[in-house]
Amino acid sequence: MMNYFKMAYRNLGRNRRRSLLSALALSIGLALMLFIASFYEGEMRSSMESTLRLDSGHLQIRAADYDPDKLSVAWEYLIENPGQVAEQAAKLNQVDVATPRLIASGIVAVGDQSAGVEIMGIDPASSASDPYRRLTSGQFLTTDDREGILIGYPLADSLGLKAGDQLNLLVNTSNGTVDEQFFTVRGIFTTGTTTYDKGIVLLPLSKAQAFSGAENRASIIFVLLKDREQAGALAAALESSNYQVETWKDLNEILVLMEDFSNAYLLILNLIVVGVTATVIVNTLVMSVFERTREIGILTAIGMKGRQISALFLTEASILALGGIAFGLLLGWGLSAYFGRVGIYFGDLGMTGFLIGDRIYTYLTLSDSLYLTVMTLIITLFASLYPARLASRMEPVEALHGSD
Amino acid sequence: MEVAKLTDVTRIYKIGEVETHAVNGITLSIKSGEFTALVGPSGSGKTTLLQLIGCLDQPTSGQVVINGMETTGLSRNQRADLRKGAIGFVFQFFALIPTLTAYENIEMPLLLSGKGNGKRTQRVKELLEDVDMTDRANHRPDQLSGGQQQRVAVARALATNPKMILADEPTANLDTENGEQVMEIMKRLNKETDTTFIFATHDPRVIKYATRVITLEDGKIVKDSKEA
Ligand SMILES: Nc1ncnc2c1ncn2[C@@H]1O[C@H](COP(=O)(O)OP(=O)(O)OP(=O)(O)O)[C@@H](O)[C@H]1O
Ligand SMILES: [Mg+2]
Repeated sequence: MMNYFKMAYRNLGRNRRRSLLSALALSIGLALMLFIASFYEGEMRSSMESTLRLDSGHLQIRAADYDPDKLSVAWEYLIENPGQVAEQAAKLNQVDVATPRLIASGIVAVGDQSAGVEIMGIDPASSASDPYRRLTSGQFLTTDDREGILIGYPLADSLGLKAGDQLNLLVNTSNGTVDEQFFTVRGIFTTGTTTYDKGIVLLPLSKAQAFSGAENRASIIFVLLKDREQAGALAAALESSNYQVETWKDLNEILVLMEDFSNAYLLILNLIVVGVTATVIVNTLVMSVFERTREIGILTAIGMKGRQISALFLTEASILALGGIAFGLLLGWGLSAYFGRVGIYFGDLGMTGFLIGDRIYTYLTLSDSLYLTVMTLIITLFASLYPARLASRMEPVEALHGSD
Repeated sequence: MEVAKLTDVTRIYKIGEVETHAVNGITLSIKSGEFTALVGPSGSGKTTLLQLIGCLDQPTSGQVVINGMETTGLSRNQRADLRKGAIGFVFQFFALIPTLTAYENIEMPLLLSGKGNGKRTQRVKELLEDVDMTDRANHRPDQLSGGQQQRVAVARALATNPKMILADEPTANLDTENGEQVMEIMKRLNKETDTTFIFATHDPRVIKYATRVITLEDGKIVKDSKEA
């Protein structure tokens, strides 16, 4: 019946402030959920992205005995002829880039200051090295540079180093001794992830190999895929007695776990927020049912059925819900769009097990928006069944008894 | 023709241990076209009796037959349907829906009984004219005087051409002039359409219009002018 809408709309208008406030509660609830979802999504994207691009790659091919925790360059832990292995891997269709890397431990010393670092030998020409190309000063490494080193911005800052300065680098070599050499800071890079940048220095692979005594060996073949979901299948295909192949999932158990966990956590959080806002709406409707006892009695007396009275209140709930949701969607979308551009600065969170950008950019997905909107609508309407039922159960007799 | 027939009807309200025999064994027949007043002291059961006749309430025992239809055991929905077609109500307070205009209030029962657009408009206009409210059609109840509201309520009660209109103290909240006006309208419509009217009232101004006066006391009929 078309009058439902008219009546419902006018009823809401009768107590305009209350209606607006309860719709607003819904808006704020939804906006909050959208913002939290976009924040988590942004955070997960950022940490996945940083961790995979900078640290683990999508796949790592390692010697069968390699132990990543030791950062040892003893020959037994290393891959022989890494160039060939990488080349072969790179031929595979699913592979975007495969590049050998040598990872050793060492100490940077300048004057009386020093810092423990990871020394990574990279192929400066490889696109896998792109994340290090963002420099705050100086220039990038070249393949045959023998004296140049790249250091991260936070390390340069704490040691007071500028491009062109000299530093002394100590390395734990393959035969268990220590070697040292002066290097010139060619450039200072920033990946946007302080935790990472403060603990690593980069050398061209060949220099790193010579310096550490690894000769023609590498710690890992760092592989990026065109689609990271292919990692499992490809790892199985590449696995052999000489090599172990680790996927990004194996390499980032904490991160993967955290993603699952945060999804569950988010669901609970969302249910709480929706629960609270639905309660506000239900409360408004229940109040309005009791205020309108007589009106319900009159409607019943002139022949309105319980079902129709329920429909009237459900229509009111729908108008409130749709209005509130529309505004909430706008609000949440605006917030996420704003912080998606500007980002939220957290700085160095110093977390271990995964990397995260210093600035988190919110990212609202269509599926999150849809899911949250529909969930809010359904739960609100479902909760409104209670006041609607309450109204439909009211005895018409009460109307006749009233007097004013 | 009989529009309402009550046989040995009682209605007992129970609140805790206290039982009130609000209607206590009433047998009554209302014929088409009657203009009947239910009178009696406060608490004598007038409202309760009207509610029983109007199928808003169900008797504790006894039989209520409306337009030849036995109402005992009807479901809520069936009773709503019965009311919709056969019974109109006018209450002491001006029982209009506050969010709807005079026009829309009168239209409501027509909508509920599924009347088509054209017929509805025509009927509402007719009724507005009948109660002399055409110029206030688009006013909300709070923009109308008590008398005007009550006239709209009468029009609404008449909308679906019910056989019977039940009015509980329709003039109690009206001044003499407005009360008379409302009664005149009801009397006129009673004559023109042969609709049956039953009033519960204390008001001598109403009683003087009645063609039959039934006096209640303690839930019983103590006097019926028709049978006297
Ligand atoms: N819902 C109820 N619950 C309990 N008792 C009730 C209820 N409604 C009415 N009564 C009792 O039933 C009796 C009859 O009440 P009723 O309202 O029918 O009287 P009335 O004749 O209409 O009175 P008045 O002239 O004051 O309107 C009274 O004693 C009243 O207290
Ligand atoms: Mg009464």
